[in-house]
Amino acid sequence: MARFIVRRLIASIFLLIVVSAVVFLLFYVFPSADPAQLRAGRQANADQIQAIRESLGLDKSVIAQFWIYIKGVFTPLDLPGTDSHGPLYFGHSYQSNADVKDVIFSDLPATVMLVVGAVIVWMGVAIPTGIISAVRRRSFLDRATMITTLIFISAPVFWLGLVFLYLFADDVGLIPIFPGIGSYGAADTFAGKVGAMILPWLVLGLATAAIYARYLRSQMLDVMEEDYIRTAYAKGLPDKRVIMKHTLRSAITPIVTLLGLDVAVLLAGNAILTETVFNIPGVGAETFNAIKRSDLPMIQGITLFGAFFIVTLNLVVDIAYAYLDPRVRYD
Amino acid sequence: MSEETEPRPASDAVGTASADGAEPILEVTDLVKHFPIKAGILIDHEIGAVKAVDGVSFSVNRGETLGLVGESGCGKSTLSRAILQLIEPTSGSVRFDGREITGLSRGEMRKLRPQMQMVFQDPYSSLNPRKRVAQIVGDPMKLHGIVPRGGAVKAVQELLERVGLNPEHYNRFPHEFSGGQRQRIGIARALSLNPKLIIADEPVSALDVSIQAQIINLLEDLQEELDLTYVFVAHDLGVVRHVADRIAVMYLGKIVELGPAAEVYANPIHPYTLSLLSAVPIPDPRANAARKQIVLEGDVPSPADPPEACRFHTRCPFATDVCSVEDPPLIDHGGGHFAACHHPLDAGGKPRAAEALPSPA
Amino acid sequence: MSDSAHSAETLLSVEDLKVHFETDEGIVKAVDGVSFEVKRGEMLGIVGESGSGKSVANLTILGLTRASNATISGRIMFEGRDLTELGGEELQRIRGNEIAMIFQDPLSSLHPFFKVGDQLIEAIQVHRDVSKEEARKHATDLLGLVGIPDAKRRIGEYPHEFSGGMRQRVMIAMALANDPKLLIADEPTTALDVTTQAQILRLIERLREELGMAMIIVTHDLGVVAEVSDRVMVMYAGEAVESGTLDQIFYDPQHPYAWGLLGSLTRIDRPRTARLAQIAGQPPSLIRPPKGCHFRDRCPHAFEKCTEHPDLEARGGEAGHTDRCWIDPERKRELRVVSTGEIGLEAPEEVTS
Repeated sequence: MARFIVRRLIASIFLLIVVSAVVFLLFYVFPSADPAQLRAGRQANADQIQAIRESLGLDKSVIAQFWIYIKGVFTPLDLPGTDSHGPLYFGHSYQSNADVKDVIFSDLPATVMLVVGAVIVWMGVAIPTGIISAVRRRSFLDRATMITTLIFISAPVFWLGLVFLYLFADDVGLIPIFPGIGSYGAADTFAGKVGAMILPWLVLGLATAAIYARYLRSQMLDVMEEDYIRTAYAKGLPDKRVIMKHTLRSAITPIVTLLGLDVAVLLAGNAILTETVFNIPGVGAETFNAIKRSDLPMIQGITLFGAFFIVTLNLVVDIAYAYLDPRVRYD
Repeated sequence: MSEETEPRPASDAVGTASADGAEPILEVTDLVKHFPIKAGILIDHEIGAVKAVDGVSFSVNRGETLGLVGESGCGKSTLSRAILQLIEPTSGSVRFDGREITGLSRGEMRKLRPQMQMVFQDPYSSLNPRKRVAQIVGDPMKLHGIVPRGGAVKAVQELLERVGLNPEHYNRFPHEFSGGQRQRIGIARALSLNPKLIIADEPVSALDVSIQAQIINLLEDLQEELDLTYVFVAHDLGVVRHVADRIAVMYLGKIVELGPAAEVYANPIHPYTLSLLSAVPIPDPRANAARKQIVLEGDVPSPADPPEACRFHTRCPFATDVCSVEDPPLIDHGGGHFAACHHPLDAGGKPRAAEALPSPA
Repeated sequence: MSDSAHSAETLLSVEDLKVHFETDEGIVKAVDGVSFEVKRGEMLGIVGESGSGKSVANLTILGLTRASNATISGRIMFEGRDLTELGGEELQRIRGNEIAMIFQDPLSSLHPFFKVGDQLIEAIQVHRDVSKEEARKHATDLLGLVGIPDAKRRIGEYPHEFSGGMRQRVMIAMALANDPKLLIADEPTTALDVTTQAQILRLIERLREELGMAMIIVTHDLGVVAEVSDRVMVMYAGEAVESGTLDQIFYDPQHPYAWGLLGSLTRIDRPRTARLAQIAGQPPSLIRPPKGCHFRDRCPHAFEKCTEHPDLEARGGEAGHTDRCWIDPERKRELRVVSTGEIGLEAPEEVTS
């Protein structure tokens, strides 16, 4: 196991370097607005733009720029008197001149809060729904559930968000019970932030719960066909125990993998739609702005952060899998 | 030959019946396949090896059937794959039709591949469920650029008919067939390239007894019609009874007995062969009650850490001290009947094999 | 054959059992009117090809035919109770307790995520009010009983750490956990090597001697039955086609299907014949089996009368030896070839070497 983890960590670092190289390349290969020009504003003359270009390091070769960047991100210490900015230095935003790391760290709490709450909602809804649908297969309840989940899967999150706002938001809703758009930014207590998150949690949670419920149902149905489930019944175990222990234990294992990856992707900025609809100042919303403004350091930073989450949670999932399934050994 | 007083050491190509002028199509010499066991946090180093095949020599004559028998884990499947170069042997030589095939390039091997085909054990998992029979049987021809006379469909239909399937069913999927029929499809696929040698890896083990007989008879008919050479791999000496001309018994990566089938069944020399014979159920209750069965204890030891010297000594009912010290060589006991044992059952004064075997009626 | 002095009291009596499955193509008559008895301490062998209904019949005894499209009729009398009429909880008390079952593939039949010991302990605790420690001790003893060395250590291992034969021993240990009166073994050795099969069959014999339970062994291999059974029932296309003692089935078989099964076995105890006697063709559709005798279109001896469906009855043989074949018993003796040592549908060809 140690061997597996060490190797994976080394591979992860290489992967992160490759990811940043690819983003770098994409940015230079595909034409976008000149960042120096954007930074300088409309009235700037050529000299001013040139000065900005030099101060941003944009006059150097692509390779040199990339090298400086990689050094900044991976240099382990902040050494005074050198050009090293210490670990995780992603540069400064072209737009606001803020340290990219600081921006991301200030965006993360909102995103983490959104994702954690949504995970609780979707697992809390999906697990019982999936089990009941599988056990009562082809019953009215099963069919009703499957149709409902299909609707939630088919509906885009931004549309679902708008529907929920229209129904429940305290400013425009038909039944005004939950805080609506922008309430997260406006809230200054933790309780206020929790309240502001209720609608986003429900939207993101239910949309994902639909997928998980269907997946768990089909996993449960597959496992129920296994010989060892027949053995469990043959032992004289009560139905409830066969389902909740023997069947669920096997069916839930692939769900854990899925969960790890989904959480990683959401933390990496994939909550962009939910964050935009509800105007939550999170990583997703920041991504949206950075792309709009060709803010290369921001895009780089967010992408690398996202890649880091994905790589790390992948490793966590693989390690968890070895504990969940005793047949899996990595050495 | 059997008059020799001293058993003579095995020659390179053990068991080649050169006397009757038959020519070997397959010669395997000192074939070894070790799978390294690696460890290390960053840099791998070998800490041992699974000795799946550990110095095996035999030859198979044209038109002959060699039965390769042993328990799970004895290395017989690895040996088949190493012969066909589906896995690269660690060392040793495999000559097919007089030509050395170890170390051939991919391209050269590809040209030879059609002549050596394999039939697999599990007719359920060895056929692609999403392909129609016409594709399963016809694709190898397409892959090797063979354009049959009368078109691919006709060629497939002929093959299906040859293996006893309805040629009209060429458009069906594997799941529409029973286990026995699927194994016929697997055989048709193997035949599609006009092979000279077929290695059948437990081709009937997954089938009902009544269907096993059909498949065994089919393989025999095909051998006669198409002049095929078979290596028939099985864990059960009973199954190869009707097909094998010669038998090779394998235990933990080595051949422990090799000889003409009639001889091996009637006068087994190695105690392991005897216990394999003794394990075959006999559908005759009275004969069953009368025989003294030898039931081996435990499982085959791990090929990563095989017993010293004679590998069978840990389970052998006749083992003595010498067996754990000295590895017995594979020697000729007369008439091309080889065995590697310190206490061969054909030696005088031993408990004869006959006690454990049912006497032929 | 063994223990004929043992109480001849009937333990299980299956009467006209039918298990039909409704499908889109029609009604699959997997088991279509099967009756048999198992006496205390007796071993019944049920033999047939895949799809003959032998496994479905036995799963139904335990109430494990759970498909929603299944219709079950007939009676399954076990110690005075009709199992078909019991509710879920009553059946649970019988399963794994009074009647236990082991299955073909010991790898897929054990839960891959739970330790062997925990699976055994669960089997014990569901029927007995004992502490986990007592159950663990009992589980260790059981592993020892079925010949697993070093049981104390192995009880903490997972199924994939066991070899095929050892896994089947674990399954047997689990089945024996509550001293069942009846053990049903569904193809217990089919997935195993012959050497391991021999070990498991010896184990089953030993356990039967020690524990005296009744057994049903379900298999496609008459060779296996010959080693362990007292009586044999041959099934074909959802019906019993012949039933009798071990000697009756092996030395005086009445149904041509039984002849075929015997003839298709490769035998190391006989001189090698050029060809195996094989049963031509495939098992029939269970939705529309041939009218009359279901075996008639694969039977080389079929005649006009075979379009009528024969009952399972004694037809001139010894008492208790029943079959479903219209052929005159005298004529059967000529048709089946016993003299040269081969019983088959076809006369054996010349003996070679």
